[in-house]
Amino acid sequence: MNPKRKQRLYLTIFLFVVASATTALLILVSGENMNMFYPPIDVASGKVPADRQIRAGGMVLENSVDRQPDSLAVRFVLTDYQGSFFEVSYVGILPDLFREGQGILVEGKLDAAGTFQAERVLAKHDENYMPPELMDLQQGPGSTASASEFGTPL
Amino acid sequence: MIVNRMSFFIPLGTFLVILGIGYVGFSLDDRKQLPSALLDKPFPEFSANSLLDPELRIRRQDLLGKPTLVNVWATWCPTCLSEHDQLMDIAGMTEIRMVGINYKDDVEKAQRWLAQYGNPFDLVIRDERGLLGVELGVYGAPETFLLDAQGNIVYKRVGDVNPRIWRDELLPRFRLLEVEMVSRDEAS
Amino acid sequence: MIPELGHFSLALAGALSLGAGILGLWGYGHAQLQRSTQSMVVGQFVFVAAAFAALMHAFLTDDFSVAYVANHSNSLLPWYYKASAVWGGHEGSFLLWILIMSVWMAVFCGLSSQYPRPFAARVLGVLSLLNLGFICFSLLTSNPFLRLIPMTPLDGADLNPLLQDFGLIVHPPLLYTGYVGLAVPFAFAIAALLQGRVDATWARWARPWTNMSWAFLTAGITLGSWWAYYELGWGGWWFWDPVENASFMPWLAATALIHSLSVTEKRGTFKSWTLLLAITAFSFSLLGAFIVRSGVLTSVHAFAVDPERGMFILIFLALVVGASLLLYALRGSQQYVRVGYSALSRELFMLLNNLVMIISLAVVLWGTLAPIGYEAMTGDRISIGAPFFNLFFVPLGLSLLVLLAVLPRLNWKRTRTQALKTLWLFGAVAGLVAVSAWYLLDPASLGVVAAIGLGFWVILAQLSDLLKRVVKRASMPAAYIGMTLAHFGFAIGCIGIAVTATQSEELDVRMVPQQSVALGSQKVTFLGAIDVEGPNYVARQGIFVVESGDKSYELRAEKRQYLAGGNVMTEAAIRPGLFGDTYISMGESLGQGAWAIRLQYKPLVRWVWLGALLMALGGMLAALDKRYQRVRATPSVPVSPLEEPKVMG
Repeated sequence: MNPKRKQRLYLTIFLFVVASATTALLILVSGENMNMFYPPIDVASGKVPADRQIRAGGMVLENSVDRQPDSLAVRFVLTDYQGSFFEVSYVGILPDLFREGQGILVEGKLDAAGTFQAERVLAKHDENYMPPELMDLQQGPGSTASASEFGTPL
Repeated sequence: MIVNRMSFFIPLGTFLVILGIGYVGFSLDDRKQLPSALLDKPFPEFSANSLLDPELRIRRQDLLGKPTLVNVWATWCPTCLSEHDQLMDIAGMTEIRMVGINYKDDVEKAQRWLAQYGNPFDLVIRDERGLLGVELGVYGAPETFLLDAQGNIVYKRVGDVNPRIWRDELLPRFRLLEVEMVSRDEAS
Repeated sequence: MIPELGHFSLALAGALSLGAGILGLWGYGHAQLQRSTQSMVVGQFVFVAAAFAALMHAFLTDDFSVAYVANHSNSLLPWYYKASAVWGGHEGSFLLWILIMSVWMAVFCGLSSQYPRPFAARVLGVLSLLNLGFICFSLLTSNPFLRLIPMTPLDGADLNPLLQDFGLIVHPPLLYTGYVGLAVPFAFAIAALLQGRVDATWARWARPWTNMSWAFLTAGITLGSWWAYYELGWGGWWFWDPVENASFMPWLAATALIHSLSVTEKRGTFKSWTLLLAITAFSFSLLGAFIVRSGVLTSVHAFAVDPERGMFILIFLALVVGASLLLYALRGSQQYVRVGYSALSRELFMLLNNLVMIISLAVVLWGTLAPIGYEAMTGDRISIGAPFFNLFFVPLGLSLLVLLAVLPRLNWKRTRTQALKTLWLFGAVAGLVAVSAWYLLDPASLGVVAAIGLGFWVILAQLSDLLKRVVKRASMPAAYIGMTLAHFGFAIGCIGIAVTATQSEELDVRMVPQQSVALGSQKVTFLGAIDVEGPNYVARQGIFVVESGDKSYELRAEKRQYLAGGNVMTEAAIRPGLFGDTYISMGESLGQGAWAIRLQYKPLVRWVWLGALLMALGGMLAALDKRYQRVRATPSVPVSPLEEPKVMG
């Protein structure tokens, strides 16, 4: 083999190794980093593995939001309005469009007691946005809040 | 050199694979357009109380005789408020019969809501326990059904009625059903 | 009447683009026909501009009988938001896309005397056919001129408040200029494949166009990131959101293309690879459009979900990309040449750069498409989050920095090892910086320390190269300055990303008036919230005093409620600084004057955008190099002996 051919062979082998290594790594890593999505019926019926990072979603049940008076801890119930629901516990700031009756996505883990310990709470971003996972749950773009909730300006 | 020439087809092959995935993902999107089991079937028989007049019972016969738009709504549903203006417009500008189904709601709240934001409906059905909703296969509020004069469901919309839905979906069907339009001068 | 005229102009432009496409591609050899291609392209531009002006007029005069205006504007909006609302929704932003495409074509027309006439005609033909596809898409599925008759609303539904912002006025035009600009190198590649000849001169023609669109794309992405940072209200500047990925993928491909083009120009090699990259870069632009518009991946920025539009774009994408890749498969191998180079040469490093870019592209593509594929196979929904991308992009970014540090010392073809001596010296200095960073940073991780050390190494290496040229009074063409600036920017951006991603402070706290909280070395005091009124919104405004050392300043964050749509928005209060931003946003009111507040200190976050802007500036500067402006003169660069001799028209 002349040196040019040899160089070319090395290059081809190198590229092949890199390509297969990348592919293998992609599949492996995405397996570890993907968050499964579960609707309320799966969470309520115990189909969800505990202590694994998942996403779940549903509508915030009316009168279920319970804020601690002196911290940012909050608990609320997510439901599909079809008889399934589960409780979520979260510490932090809720998104602007978090509202009763609103579609919400939570990311976190289900603890042994069956409470969802959320690390992130996502709401619809604006009237045209619905987290894709919630599309199957509640149809169509839900929307805007009533002006009265906000207090009137002076 | 044959191998070499073939390698120039790799990009094309990769693209076709990705395109295939894209196509499948795309057709999954169609699942969101849930076919209603009731489409092109008659509206179910029912008998329920009126929200505004406790004495009045509303039955299926009350929806017959002219085209009717049935809207499933509730005060707990923010989308219902956002589509409310559109419903008011439709009520004001067409001769269609508007019927509301107040779904799984508090009666007093619902009455206050209509008083506050206006009532586009000719009839409002009280469905506190969601029984009629179950019969209609309601997924969540709001949902809207269009019935012809014989009480058959000709169109169903899951989600809000916005100007685009009005323009692209409802208005052409109104024309087919020969719903009279109120001219703009009369309406304003 | 004016909207109908606009609609009609757009249809006329479509007819002209069909004509220009046919004449440009098949009118080969007829000077007269090719001249009419040019006038048809100019005509396209005029009619598209007229259509755009008609839509603009409808917005400025509050013509709510036009459905698109009624859905995206409101009589209360200030005039400049009315004007920018033209591209605030799907239909209008696509018209903007077409307008920008026509502008690129008109600019190419103006400069086309630089190129051999048959080549210029083919390029214009390809661009016209692309534009025909865009115009058909607009006319058939997203007509912005549709009227709402008889139900004309009295007022519009308002522009989404997120979009009522300076960022929205500038971001889409910049981004689209970049996206669409990649059509020019694409058309160059197709024209070259059709005529069966790619050479160093061809690469020199393609370089300024690629650089320019890459620069716009860079600027557009940067602006989008900055907009998300201050407008979404929570201090994030990159989310690995599908829409962001959609703009990142063509950027990666275009970056690879820029580097591969330079090898093709200087050494006459990498030719078929360059052609493939030119096709890839524009294909990802189209894929970006598909992702944003089809609703396949619903996301934070997605416009309305509409299957019909998605299907049109999917078919268009399949036709354009499929046809060009088929052409490439059939003709590309003719361009294959073998040129030798040693292991320690610029060529090899360019190859490695391209490899990093392609792996990055594969990672982003995988992360974006895998959820769809998974759902297609199992029916379950998954999401792939930021950790996935970070895992790949930290090592990829670091290896790019290493390549970049060595690069200025490398010659084409081969380099002697002694030439790298000073490099190790700089490496040692940078190593010292990295070690001190290890002790100064909290938390110190290998990744951030490596990024700082390597970043400094790159900066030192680039600076010394620059100095050497100044001392030697060597020539400093704009292309060289542009390249150095861009590489500088990359190093600065990497340092910024590493530091802000690992060293930021973030506190979510419940605050009552007069309460103070420590944020790093600063003290933040919440004075209370008052009511304020804007032109089209009402807001609760929180007032904060931040004490930093012996200085103190006031910050005001807002929670806004927009009157027309009722949307609630978080307006963050930001104190920008070269070395760090203080960022305060208000969550919800907790009653009795208490608020949920997020306090953040984000060190070096400005460096991320500063670095990216330097890159964009460098790209533009390089595109304006004099060398590219008299391209018809005989090539001054030695042509590799393995290339076939060529005669330029």
